[in-house]
Amino acid sequence: MVRGADIVVKSLIAENAEYIFGYPGGAIMPVYDALYDYSAQIKHVLTRHEQGAIHAAQGYARVSGKVGVVLATSGPGATNLITGLADAQIDSTPLVCITGQVAAHLLGSDAFQETDVVGLSMPGTKWNIQVRSVEDIAPAIAKAFHIAMTGRPGPVLVDITKNAQVEFGEFNYIPCTGIRSYRPFQPINTQSIQAAAELINKAERPYLLFGQGVVLAHAEKELQEFVDKTGIPAACTLLGSGALPETHPNYVGKLGMHGNYAPNLLTNKCDVLIAVGMRFDDRVTGDLKRYAKQAKVIHLELDPSEIDKNVKCAVPVLGDCKKSLAMLTQAVDQKSHLSWLEKFRELEAQEKEAVVANDLHATHGGLHMGEVIRLINQFKEKDAILVTDVGQHQMIAWRYFDFKTTRTQVTSGGLGTMGFALPAALGAQLHDYKKQVICVVGDGGIQMTIQELGTIMQTKAPVKIVLLNNNYLGMVRQWQQLFFDKRYSFTELDNPDFIKIAEAYNFKARKVTEREDLEAAVAEMLVQDGPYFLEVVVEKEDNVFPMIATGCSVEEVRLS
Amino acid sequence: MNRYTILVYTENFIGILNRITIIFTRRGININALTASESRLDGIHKITIEVTVTPEQIEHLVKQIEKVVDVIKAYYFTDNEVVYQEIALYKIPIESLDPSVEKVIRQFNAHIIAAEKEFVVLEFTGHKEDTQALLEILKPFNLLEFSRSGRVAIAKPKFSVQEYLNNQT
Ligand SMILES: Cc1ncc(C[n+]2csc(CCOP(=O)(O)OP(=O)(O)O)c2C)c(N)n1
Ligand SMILES: [Mg+2]
Repeated sequence: MVRGADIVVKSLIAENAEYIFGYPGGAIMPVYDALYDYSAQIKHVLTRHEQGAIHAAQGYARVSGKVGVVLATSGPGATNLITGLADAQIDSTPLVCITGQVAAHLLGSDAFQETDVVGLSMPGTKWNIQVRSVEDIAPAIAKAFHIAMTGRPGPVLVDITKNAQVEFGEFNYIPCTGIRSYRPFQPINTQSIQAAAELINKAERPYLLFGQGVVLAHAEKELQEFVDKTGIPAACTLLGSGALPETHPNYVGKLGMHGNYAPNLLTNKCDVLIAVGMRFDDRVTGDLKRYAKQAKVIHLELDPSEIDKNVKCAVPVLGDCKKSLAMLTQAVDQKSHLSWLEKFRELEAQEKEAVVANDLHATHGGLHMGEVIRLINQFKEKDAILVTDVGQHQMIAWRYFDFKTTRTQVTSGGLGTMGFALPAALGAQLHDYKKQVICVVGDGGIQMTIQELGTIMQTKAPVKIVLLNNNYLGMVRQWQQLFFDKRYSFTELDNPDFIKIAEAYNFKARKVTEREDLEAAVAEMLVQDGPYFLEVVVEKEDNVFPMIATGCSVEEVRLS
Repeated sequence: MNRYTILVYTENFIGILNRITIIFTRRGININALTASESRLDGIHKITIEVTVTPEQIEHLVKQIEKVVDVIKAYYFTDNEVVYQEIALYKIPIESLDPSVEKVIRQFNAHIIAAEKEFVVLEFTGHKEDTQALLEILKPFNLLEFSRSGRVAIAKPKFSVQEYLNNQT
């Protein structure tokens, strides 16, 4: 017989969890006490805030493809997880969060640090459960891992009352292999493959959009084989970046509000639109009433509720896109679409001239964020991981970073959570200390979770932090400039001395304000073995272009 | 907008009703009526939801409901695809029970299911339009209380949750 708290830890070990990101407190103390005995088998990372813990687990999950594990106490510990849960839910990130809860006999009595975390987290979890007795702990954790990881991944939460943690029970771990009410994988309908292949074979201007679904399904190779055989131009969403090498001859760029010119504009010129593992987010589609109306849409998607949700499709192909892409590749004709591809290249040249050239090679005025990313590309390792926060720097870094392989970008896509980057970079780095992890963050966002510098210090994770400081909540300021008559209402920041803060946390740190110092500084950062903090003071009022303004159609993408 | 009946078969799991209703709340959709009970199959619950929405919305809602891990299967039907009833109870003071009221009771084929010193309770089962019609008639007779259930429904098209469960993939 072992204590419930030991069962919690032994269950996590049985699931091969490598890290727990957490923060202790009264209602979870028995589990923390148990952890003391298992430090050789599972590592615990003490963050400085529960939000930091869950974002770190997200960063870990996104680069590793494994479940991220979070531990927190009841009440405020649990409520501090809510932002991360919502973020992981919308970005399909597998997490298992374990929260302590007051003893079962106190439930509903407004006991100290009692909060209804099951109720609070319901809309932000794929599944959640409260466990009130010791024998239910292991089965609940087994189910949690199964649900988090299978089908469309997502966050789950297991709330364990304190009495269950201290009761004694048998430990006999049986992994969950199936739940009768839950069918994560649909068998692929061969007729839909046939119908899709016919449309594709007849198409004159077919166009493929790929999203994170490809990464989650480990279908990068299948995607590339499909594109190779069909010769179809392919563009990615924010979270799809890297699933197809950017150097691939058919890769045409990025979709969405601040994506590339050609991929947005030509969405309304294709005749067949093949969407793979993406959900037609409004940041991708712009005005739906004027989105790809001329095209027949084929949607390869695992989640049935995504079919016809935003864009009606002619042929839905439900199921794991690793399988459906392979089947589709079998069924389609070998082809090329060179003149259609040429259209993308022509517009790409226009974007280069109007936007990219100056973004990357500005010669006067303040430093441009793009220059920093260009230099990072020059000195980074091939498979370096980019972690970004939310705002202008996120869009610029995404636009210009060289994504050479899959799972090299971690960012908050669907929720757009400021404060995500710093802890997520820590989690990404812990998965592999030897990988280069570069965290690009704004002066606003870094201050939302800046305390996690302490966790980086304590874990010695060699994260490279690049603070792009424009002294503004830049993205909001850009909107104020373009749509609110330059009324910069509460977006300018009086910032602290970031270098002093970084140094207080034992970081090697450097601040760059001049163009001539930038290259050496980036180079110096990227040869460091340990953590490094580089602050780059950039132009205060730069804007991110191209841009599709809210309510506009993809064809109204503007270059200035 | 059409009136639909959604039949949801679920595991008997704490919080499942909440998980289903927040799907409607989040989209600002009002549930007309909801009933929940055990189904014919042991351990499986059946939730019947009546809702007035567009054809696109009902598709969307049912897919979202099916996405809930503990939901086994959800189906939706238009009114003419289901046999459905709602039960209504009416509390009438004894002194209102004059011949004209008794005539109405007979006409509607309603039943007195409880008779106390000061009031009787009338039961009438039918569609909302019918129970509502009786309500309107009884209101002027000092009707003391009225209570109506959500709909219970049986679908006409053939489907089998049992078969679905047997067909594990
Ligand atoms: C938690 C949170 N609050 C508010 C916002 C709205 N928002 C989006 S971008 C942005 C500005 C970000 O400023 P900064 O971190 O300095 O990045 P910059 O845009 O200047 O690169 C804000 C406030 C958000 N995305 N997340
Ligand atoms: Mg800023």
